[in-house]
Amino acid sequence: MARKKVTAPNTEQLALSELTIEQRQIEGLSLSTVVRRRFFQHKAAVTSMIVLGVIVLLAFTSVGTIIGGTGRLAADTASGEIILDGLRISGWWPFDWYKNYPITTPGGLPSWEHPFGQDTLGKDIFARVMRGIQQSLTVVTLIGVLATVIGVVVGSVAGFIRGWLDSLLMRITDAIIIIPGLILGAVLGRTIGGNAISLGILLGLVSWTGLARLVRGEFLALREREFVDAARVAGASDFRIIFRHILPNSIGIVVVNATLLMSAAILTETALSFLGFGITAPDISLGQIISQYNEAFKTRPWLFWWPGFFIVAVALCINFIGDGLRDAFDPRQRNMPKSMSLGRQFRELTGWGK
Amino acid sequence: MLSFITRRLAATLAVLLVASFVVYMLTANSGDPLEELRTQNDPASVAKRATLTEKLDLDTPPFFRYFKWLGGAASCVIGQCNLGVSVIRGDEPVASALGNAMQSTLSLVILATVLSILFGVAIGMTTALRQYSGYDYTVTFAAFIFYSLPIFWVAVLLKEFGAIRFNEFLGDPHIPWGIALAIGFVLALVVQAVVGGHLRLRLRTTGISFALTAGILILLDITQWLKSPSIGIVGVAFLGIGLGALLLFMTSNLTKRTLQYSVGATVLAVVAMWYPLQFIWFYFNNPFAIVLVAVLLAGLGVAAGFFLGGDDRPEAMRVAAITGALSTAPLVLDQMFMRWGEYVQIIPLRSGVISTIGANTPVLANSEDTWMRMLDSSTHLILPTAALMIISVAGYTRYTRATLLEVLNQDYVRTARAKGLPETTVIMRHAFRNTLIPIATIVAFDFGAVIGGAIITERVFAWQGMGALFNQGLREVDVNLVMGVFLVTGVAAVIFNILADLAYSALDPRIRITEA
Repeated sequence: MARKKVTAPNTEQLALSELTIEQRQIEGLSLSTVVRRRFFQHKAAVTSMIVLGVIVLLAFTSVGTIIGGTGRLAADTASGEIILDGLRISGWWPFDWYKNYPITTPGGLPSWEHPFGQDTLGKDIFARVMRGIQQSLTVVTLIGVLATVIGVVVGSVAGFIRGWLDSLLMRITDAIIIIPGLILGAVLGRTIGGNAISLGILLGLVSWTGLARLVRGEFLALREREFVDAARVAGASDFRIIFRHILPNSIGIVVVNATLLMSAAILTETALSFLGFGITAPDISLGQIISQYNEAFKTRPWLFWWPGFFIVAVALCINFIGDGLRDAFDPRQRNMPKSMSLGRQFRELTGWGK
Repeated sequence: MLSFITRRLAATLAVLLVASFVVYMLTANSGDPLEELRTQNDPASVAKRATLTEKLDLDTPPFFRYFKWLGGAASCVIGQCNLGVSVIRGDEPVASALGNAMQSTLSLVILATVLSILFGVAIGMTTALRQYSGYDYTVTFAAFIFYSLPIFWVAVLLKEFGAIRFNEFLGDPHIPWGIALAIGFVLALVVQAVVGGHLRLRLRTTGISFALTAGILILLDITQWLKSPSIGIVGVAFLGIGLGALLLFMTSNLTKRTLQYSVGATVLAVVAMWYPLQFIWFYFNNPFAIVLVAVLLAGLGVAAGFFLGGDDRPEAMRVAAITGALSTAPLVLDQMFMRWGEYVQIIPLRSGVISTIGANTPVLANSEDTWMRMLDSSTHLILPTAALMIISVAGYTRYTRATLLEVLNQDYVRTARAKGLPETTVIMRHAFRNTLIPIATIVAFDFGAVIGGAIITERVFAWQGMGALFNQGLREVDVNLVMGVFLVTGVAAVIFNILADLAYSALDPRIRITEA
């Protein structure tokens, strides 16, 4: 991300006239300001961010959540009701995702009381889907944070220090990459799966490979640049050079790929839960809901449509945000002139409207 | 060249070895194979536990068990694979279980990968060439959506709508003329958006493609082609001409007289061979016949190019040979369609032609007739392949678009244009080849993802492939079975990686593998 600087005050006028439109737009602004401005010009990305925010709010406030505990079902000794182990924070939605309710409409058809319908046991699908979104988002966030941190550290160390450490780290990366992601995820999920936090941590520990390679490539290129030499001559330590000088320059690649990693993560998590190796009962994930109601497609299609819709919505939002970030960090393919509009061509061809 | 491959192979094998160790240890520690027996109180379970412990060698720590397994796996090099036995599959040797499963899964994975590359690259290129058009925005948006689709969800939807509804349609194939016209109109809009250009050209393209599509659909309806589809000699001729034209276009030789003659002669030869080839298909009824015929027809192409190529002899020979070899496809399709009537009689009535269950019809699995087996496999492959493709194509489309846009901004493309070369030559010769270089790397990456997708797709479509073996093996902690699946996918990934490397060096002369 090179920042264009105007050279000398007396030639300022001359230099300004030589700047392209693109350069004049970002003249005198810091990188973060430029990126923020460009990002907020990307309509799809901004819309996606709002939609994602609404989904997150809806999922966490509606049915509330549960903190700590084993998450196992148990019967309350006093009232005999089914409760979950852990600190339960309730939301504004009257139904819980783990309780059975009387079926209000024939076949559990969606109604005002249960807008997403009910299953054969009378469970409220809205509550289940919301809980599923919570779980998927938890996994996605954990994977995103862990994989980004590990990927950046491994990539920058390998790219900056090089030598035997680089070879060792890259061979480890290769070994993890060669195992198909789903196979690795399923084996790990089978080991300590069952709840969102452990699954997220495990998957995060193996999803950093692609990012590490990209960061390494970026570091290999950047470490030869003059500003790194300048920093070294000024007496900066390796640690400082890596984190204060080179990393901010490769932030674009990191942010964009971390986003794309997260959109892939929600698909991986739901796929694992669909196969039964991810989040398992009594907890809920969107993939698990689909797998559970897979056979009911003909009779109760709403059991199938809603969880799928929310997976697609979340993944799509994250993808669009990633696209917006990419455009914001790398403006090379933007602001292109449009070809002559069809309407004008039509008027020219027919002579109409003159 | 050879030293490069050996070195590359050695490096990847070392990586594969480490990876296999990781997977082995993780799987061995992922659960307790005796869990179910432990909870039982009946005295027989103690004896069962003892035999199972003995069989699975559970008293040896996993670390040493891995090397025992590795010893067995290493003997694959001398052709005698000993991957252990699978306890949950009734002590069936893993190698034999894999043998059956591998065929169906790998055919699914490879077909999906190849088709995704073809479609993805083609769509991606057209969007890049029509950048910022309505078509570009539509495809980009669609690619985003496809990219965000969970494959298990798509597969279930395809099963419901793709198969069941389409089968109902095939039962009584009647295309109302209104719908034929509507399809023609929509397709014409797409085609004009791809072709682009000035409004006059666009209107002409719209008109021609509308008339063509609607005409073909109405013709299909009148002749009831969908009821008993066939290709025949006429179909082979048309498909051959189309293939030849496409190849001439792709090699930017569409206007060269000599090449037109060579390719035309090759197509004529293929059509002339249609009748004699019937004997080969009939008497030499096995998959190798395809290779044989492809080589034969490629030879005809070489001859045509040699005699008619004139000044462009090498180029003419190459293009004509490829045309000849690829013309085998319509011929094989023709053979498959000849058995359509018989096939519809054999398959279970309720399932319909587009199958949703399994990799083949059990009755036909051991049929003598290769072409019938191929037809059967194809109808079973359609839906899983489509499910896998929907996601892969989106990735390739986006990637190709970005790469081609980057390439088109390069100086050598400007030079090529400045030399006065036709735009087709600039795109196909100068830009396209350079676009393929980064795509070759993505293919190897994408392959792993497709294998993961195949595991899920197989589950939805109830295939007894490697996905089923993996699911079963992992659920019951049958390490040998999981390792078998990993070994096959790992080796396939290694092969794809090396192929990508070779393609890389073939496409980019700057990369010299002999010196690497």
